[in-house]
Amino acid sequence: MRYTQKDFKSDQEVRWCPGCGDHSVLASLLKALPEVCEEHGYSKERVVLVSGIGCSSRLPYYVDTYGFHSIHGRAMAIATGIKVANPTLSIWELTGDGDALAIGGNHFIHAIRRNIDINVILFNNQIYGLTKGQYSPTSKLGAITKTSPYGTVEHPFNPGAVVLGARGTFFARGIDTYISLNDEIMVAAAHHDGTSIVEMLVNCVIYNNGAHADIADRAVREDRTIVLRDGEPMIFGKNRDKGLILENEKLKVVKLGENGITEKDLLVHDSHTSSVGVHNMLVDMKYPEYPVALGVIRDVADKTYDDNVRDQLSEVKAKSSIQNMDELLHSGATWEVK
Amino acid sequence: MEQKIIESEDVVIRFAGDSGDGMQLTGTLFADSSALYGNEISTFPDYPAEIRAPKDTVSGVSGFQVHIGSCEIDTPGDYCDVLVAMNPAALRANAKWAKPTATIIVDTDTFNPDSIKRAGFKTDDPIKELNISDRILILSPITQMTKDSLADSGLENKMILRCRNMFCLGMCFFLFNRKLDYTYSYLERKFRKKPQMIDANKKVLFDGFNYANNIHAFANTYDVAPAKQEPGIYRNISGNQATAWGLMAASEKSGLPLFCGSYPITPATAILEELAIYKSLNVKTLQAEDEIAGICTAIGASFAGNLAVTTTSGPGFSLKSEALGLAVITELPLIVVDVQRSGPSTGIPTKTEQGDLDQALYGRNGECPICVVASHSPSNCFDMAFNAAKLALEHMMPVILLSEGFIGNGSEPWKIPSMKDYPAIHPPIITSLPEGETAFKPFMRDPVTMARRWAFPGTPGLEHRVGGLEKDSDGVISSDPANHEKKVRERAEKVARVANYIPDLKVFGPEKADVLVVGWGGTYGHLFTAVRRMIAEGKSVAFAHFDYINPLPKNTAEVFSRYGKILVCELNLGQFAGYLRTCHPEFDYLQYNKVQGQPFIVEEICDAVDKIL
Repeated sequence: MRYTQKDFKSDQEVRWCPGCGDHSVLASLLKALPEVCEEHGYSKERVVLVSGIGCSSRLPYYVDTYGFHSIHGRAMAIATGIKVANPTLSIWELTGDGDALAIGGNHFIHAIRRNIDINVILFNNQIYGLTKGQYSPTSKLGAITKTSPYGTVEHPFNPGAVVLGARGTFFARGIDTYISLNDEIMVAAAHHDGTSIVEMLVNCVIYNNGAHADIADRAVREDRTIVLRDGEPMIFGKNRDKGLILENEKLKVVKLGENGITEKDLLVHDSHTSSVGVHNMLVDMKYPEYPVALGVIRDVADKTYDDNVRDQLSEVKAKSSIQNMDELLHSGATWEVK
Repeated sequence: MEQKIIESEDVVIRFAGDSGDGMQLTGTLFADSSALYGNEISTFPDYPAEIRAPKDTVSGVSGFQVHIGSCEIDTPGDYCDVLVAMNPAALRANAKWAKPTATIIVDTDTFNPDSIKRAGFKTDDPIKELNISDRILILSPITQMTKDSLADSGLENKMILRCRNMFCLGMCFFLFNRKLDYTYSYLERKFRKKPQMIDANKKVLFDGFNYANNIHAFANTYDVAPAKQEPGIYRNISGNQATAWGLMAASEKSGLPLFCGSYPITPATAILEELAIYKSLNVKTLQAEDEIAGICTAIGASFAGNLAVTTTSGPGFSLKSEALGLAVITELPLIVVDVQRSGPSTGIPTKTEQGDLDQALYGRNGECPICVVASHSPSNCFDMAFNAAKLALEHMMPVILLSEGFIGNGSEPWKIPSMKDYPAIHPPIITSLPEGETAFKPFMRDPVTMARRWAFPGTPGLEHRVGGLEKDSDGVISSDPANHEKKVRERAEKVARVANYIPDLKVFGPEKADVLVVGWGGTYGHLFTAVRRMIAEGKSVAFAHFDYINPLPKNTAEVFSRYGKILVCELNLGQFAGYLRTCHPEFDYLQYNKVQGQPFIVEEICDAVDKIL
């Protein structure tokens, strides 16, 4: 039996603001989950949604499966506990830029370091929405918000750079206006064994409207973003006439046909290479100098934490002479009183 | 000089030296050998926070006290009969604990002008300055004799000096007529990868023993006969080890795997270390990135159906407060073990205290009652950990288990129980939707315990959401005023009803008396010993000790009503007394409090009771 979006849609009323980018991510997830279940042979109840606090963290209520809406910043730790306790579950974490990268920054990098097999959707709207408009760790330098009336004086995090810095094995980026790509990215995230981080650039229509408008608007999106696909040359633009090459150890945007550049000269995307060099450059690309990279940027295989836990457990179990409490109680130095 | 053997009911030995001198090991080996011999024992490791504090300073002195007896032993003893001082600082820090009749063994090789000065002595004669020349002083060149003993060993000087503690231990074994076998086999295990060290330590131990014998160092030796103990198989156990094992026992009895998410912190770390060993008993440990992740991974594991635990100490406990509230509102079973230490803040990390009771009872936002229980001795940590887990699992709620550095690090012989004597644990796990229900309601309650049902993710048909937001009985988010109050009251009532599942408060001593001594937690041994002594002296005193704090045993008021005065003794400024005043305001509570990072002394309890008798 193949599930449909309807099977995963809960009876709860969705309470995000009209026009919020989160609606689109929910739609993509509802589309992706049946595909994920089909690919992996999961039944629906094996899907568990975990979230922290913030607008995006309300999402578990809108999906009809097991869900845990926890506390601010701690979803990573709670998801980690769930996965270690029951590695057969398919864990999806929903978090925001404040939740994951400010209050939960520590758990975020350590989950990635451990490479525990969970799928994280990080809604990045560059603002604290639920507390009504304070700057977040991803707000651009100088952003004017309620707590930075004269502009922020803090450098923002680029979530992808944080992930690669923590030796993440999977990083992808999507954007709320690009639903079909997002569905594809989520399926890829589920396919990856290990911590999959999916950054979703979303619009906060109330407190940070247009934060991603430069690249998100459909009219300009194809010219200002590049969708990376494995094994394919890095081409972008409405007319598919622009590409990326490597020159002097830097990425460079070139026009096909100009200066004798052909498709053959372009970089070919390899998300599976363990080297972080090109991945780092792709993650860092900012408009207007570069197109913003979308799609699966990094997807490398490595041992997962949950596999290591399982393997060690069965190895020690097989070797240990102590198999129950009574044996343990009588182990080591004991003496008898008659 | 003729040697006399003193037969003694109980003797206290205190080993003291620099923090690198191996005093903890020396004390442990002495205690273990005595336990194997059949003595009752109680131990008290008393060490500084620094791993290697500045050499020869009082702040760097590490001590280990052992109380052995042929009678019932409930405390590590107040003052010692034998003091081993490895350097001037150890002597200076510990001379005040030596009885007037004490034997003091001193390594004279360490008494040079520099170290005497570093220890803070004002003159060059520490013995005179401390006014201890009337004690039995055994002034021995221990360092030199250790060097001589190992002159042909080929070991480096540094390694040779590390064996000094074995020389003292050998002397003490002679003093107490103990055999060396147990220590030999211990050394063979410990150094199995360094055979050179086995031989060196054994030789020094043996030479220390013979030295004491040959020079007739001691006018008297002690004979502490084996105690009359209940027949059975015994072992030594420390409180932290017993806590870990009690949790594992609950895992076996409930059939649920044990998950422990913890961050290292003194003095609780040994519980995590112990649990990490026993993967063969379905234990998973996760050393978290911080205290918050420790409890949050545990809450996640609980949601997924494990017996979930997080272990910590004071400052770490503070960090877990918010997540504890999450466990309360999601009504998930969880055990939080707090091995208390001196606070506030970092305080005195290696010293004991009972200062976290208020935090355990009240330290959260909102109306957030939590069941609080406390262990009262090293071996009792096993039972209380088991009981805490049983309550958490069967009542679907977090339980805070308070331990203390004193009992966590301390050890005592323990008659090994049989798991068949422990009750089964039946958490309200649900695996399918009962007939008559159309949708799973996660917060529907058992009418008797008020526990909700536990549906593990992965169970078909029971999909549901939990979280930190207030929900109605159907599990739907609700900010309805009446619903909120109803839920707050339900969660409080669920904790209150635990009173129906815990044992009555027991009293040691007469049914009626002038004074009832009241305690909780790790002060049990000292309070019990004090009251037993006073009853033997014909005083009108009884003793009631609380293992269960929230809720209190149902007969608490009835017990209190039978005594003239109630004296609440605790190692804080009166947190339990304050709590009792809230719960049972109809009684007057007198207090005896001490906040010095040290356990009570039996004598001071007796004095405090005498004052109000």
